[in-house]
Amino acid sequence: MSHYFEIRDLHVHYGAIHALKGISLYVEEGEIVTLIGANGAGKTTTLRAISGLVRPTSGEIRFEGEDLLRYRPHEIVALKRIIHVPEGRRVFARMTVEENLYMGAFTRTDKDGIEEDLERVYALFPRLKERRRQLAGTLSGGEQQMLAIGRGLMGRPRLLIMDEPSMGLAPILVESIFDTIQEINRQGTTVLLVEQNAHMALSIAHRGYVLRTGEIVLHGTAEELRNNEMVQKTYLGMA
Amino acid sequence: MKTQLRLMFRAGLIGGLIALHLTLVGMVEALNKREIIEDIITLGQLLLMGVGLGTAVYALGKLPRERRTQREGWWVALGAVSVVALILGLLALAIKPLNLRFMFQNASPALVRILTFDTPGVLGLVKLWAFLLFSGALALVYLYIPQPWDRTLSYAVGITLLMGILRALVAPLLPDIISDFLFTPSGLTQIGAVILVVLWVLFLHYWPDFKARLETWQKEAQTPQGAPIRRRLNIAFLVAILVLLLLPAILRDKGSYLFEVLDMVGIYIIMGLGLNIVVGFAGLLDLGYVAFFAIGAYTMAVLTTPELPFVRQYIPPMNFWEALPIALLLSLVSGILLGVPVLKTRGDYLAIITLGFGEIIRLLVISDLLKPILGGAQGITGVARPTFGSFVVNESWEYFYIILVTIGIGIFISTRLRDSRLGRAWKAIREDEDVAVAMGIDHVSAKLTAFATGALLAGMAGALFSSRLYSIAPHSFNVLISINVLCLLIVGGMGSLPGVVVGALALVGLPELLREFAEFRLLVYGAALVIMMLYKPEGLWPEKARVSRVAREVFGDRLKTLKVE
Ligand SMILES: Nc1ncnc2c1ncn2[C@@H]1O[C@H](COP(=O)(O)OP(=O)(O)OP(=O)(O)O)[C@@H](O)[C@H]1O
Ligand SMILES: [Mg+2]
Repeated sequence: MSHYFEIRDLHVHYGAIHALKGISLYVEEGEIVTLIGANGAGKTTTLRAISGLVRPTSGEIRFEGEDLLRYRPHEIVALKRIIHVPEGRRVFARMTVEENLYMGAFTRTDKDGIEEDLERVYALFPRLKERRRQLAGTLSGGEQQMLAIGRGLMGRPRLLIMDEPSMGLAPILVESIFDTIQEINRQGTTVLLVEQNAHMALSIAHRGYVLRTGEIVLHGTAEELRNNEMVQKTYLGMA
Repeated sequence: MKTQLRLMFRAGLIGGLIALHLTLVGMVEALNKREIIEDIITLGQLLLMGVGLGTAVYALGKLPRERRTQREGWWVALGAVSVVALILGLLALAIKPLNLRFMFQNASPALVRILTFDTPGVLGLVKLWAFLLFSGALALVYLYIPQPWDRTLSYAVGITLLMGILRALVAPLLPDIISDFLFTPSGLTQIGAVILVVLWVLFLHYWPDFKARLETWQKEAQTPQGAPIRRRLNIAFLVAILVLLLLPAILRDKGSYLFEVLDMVGIYIIMGLGLNIVVGFAGLLDLGYVAFFAIGAYTMAVLTTPELPFVRQYIPPMNFWEALPIALLLSLVSGILLGVPVLKTRGDYLAIITLGFGEIIRLLVISDLLKPILGGAQGITGVARPTFGSFVVNESWEYFYIILVTIGIGIFISTRLRDSRLGRAWKAIREDEDVAVAMGIDHVSAKLTAFATGALLAGMAGALFSSRLYSIAPHSFNVLISINVLCLLIVGGMGSLPGVVVGALALVGLPELLREFAEFRLLVYGAALVIMMLYKPEGLWPEKARVSRVAREVFGDRLKTLKVE
């Protein structure tokens, strides 16, 4: 039986560095799946491989049974609607908030649908609506993260892959961002979420994987992982 | 008291160092040959005056506004220019006994005479001091003139002096009787200067009223009942365009030099439009842009010249119109060929690789190996001129029309591309290439199209250039061309189309018209760029006013005059 989205035995090398040593994972339609791990574990690398930004040395990435490695990065967005919200709030600094959001819909041609999604994003993040004419570079860090997520949504993702949306944000903002991710998922978007903040990630995810130096060392439902002793010690900071 | 003294000396030392620099590189002496107002002031003196004025303005600017017109302001401003006078005076005194000429070629007796106003002894030094005091006092006088006359008057004087400096440009545009009355062969007559100042004062004074009326007309034209006004405005607009278009034909006898300059400016505008797509729109720093200019120029030359027996064996000489598409195609293809290997490089690496590419093309052109095809170091003469039936485009002003049409096409292509999907893709790549790819932008094809379009326009400019000059040689295609085009973009405003025109006029047109500056061209460029970066980093005519908001964040409220939506 094939999964909605699936990675099988994926290897990635950066020159001599073996960044991913044969990882396998899957995501079912409608799920939030989280990938947690410490710095340098290979989380970003996994996402970059999915969106075609790095070439794996071997392995398979499949979406609805179809091999993604055949596609170039822009085709993965345009044809498969797998959308990557990159690490570190990278917004187009010298464009306005609204221009940024429209950039997210770059590959779409359905005008009505785009306007609809714009309203949806503004409903999720009213702050962005207030600042629609402001240059993105002048937004606060939290607002930039909202913009990066909103811009991802503008592509009407069938799979949204997010790289550390909580990085560098105050706890209260982290909570509201995660609430929003949960809301996005409730509205029907499948999410693959990379996080270091295991506590928050496991509180909203259905299932999770633990990545350590390029290998998946653990996986299970969020509940199982929360109760796992190793996870508690290493990632949840419990003694 | 102590702070005022410090300020005075600081301003004076800065001004003095600038003045020393200008005199010792020979600029003052070279410019002194131009009398801007007959028997009153030369360009060299004007330069020193500018330094004095600038010193005083700088010093006054550091004082709180209300203290500038008090005794303190007078002391600081005049004290600062006195320091400048002291430094220049010491220079004048030191030149002969210390034999400074041994080190500074320009520290000549002639310079001493300029600095001391041809007066030997102490009196000469006193004159120098008085001259600088006068320059500094101008800054103070400005503070006492009531608004709005302060601006009106200073602008009028400034524009009048500029007209004197740009005599070569302005005088031919006027009927002979008027221009003989206003202008001398090197600048303005005394009476001419007075008349021009008065006229400009009047014009500037009534300009706001006129502008307001024009704006109300425009507003009325927007209303439903505004049809007749709208029609009249449209007609006025068309007439203005027509007059502009006919101007070259009307002026052709007087201004052949003018049109030579304008042709060069136009060719740079075409190149600027092309590079603006590559650097301004797509953010790819290309320093080898001259390569495509050379490819266009050489293709045109090789295909059309009756020389080069080796080539002529195989292909008979073509005419301009047959060679042009081939020249364009070759530059386009070479744009893509350069684009492919540099796709993965960014920023400084891209700049260095393209720089190398430009040099490779130039070396190929000079090489003996390719001499039978490309003419080697002597270059190629006998390039074809464009023809329309039996009419041969020959004169500078006739070329100007072709160049103008090409600029029109270039601007059309640029605006269409800028406002297209591709334009948005470029903008995104310029901002953040990785994220652009994550948005589904095909960065490979976007970058290649940018290179190709840029190369196409450069090739067009090159083809026109070689045909217009009739002959070409490798030394016209050095890296300085790339640098010039890049500078004109920076000065005009990256990514801005009017900026390209303004930048080309400022960096190519002005130096041509100011022959005296020719040998100091790079120095002036450098100074202009530094000043631009400090005070107007977004260029003279920025892409959009709101871009400056980021600039303002970075550069603080020094940019306070900018509009922000
Ligand atoms: N472009 C690259 N070239 C060489 N090595 C790289 C490159 N990108 C990542 N790596 C290496 O690959 C490993 C995995 O990096 P990755 O960015 O995927 O980690 P991560 O799990 O996202 O870490 P973090 O939580 O700090 O973002 C690291 O050891 C890193 O040094
Ligand atoms: Mg990472």
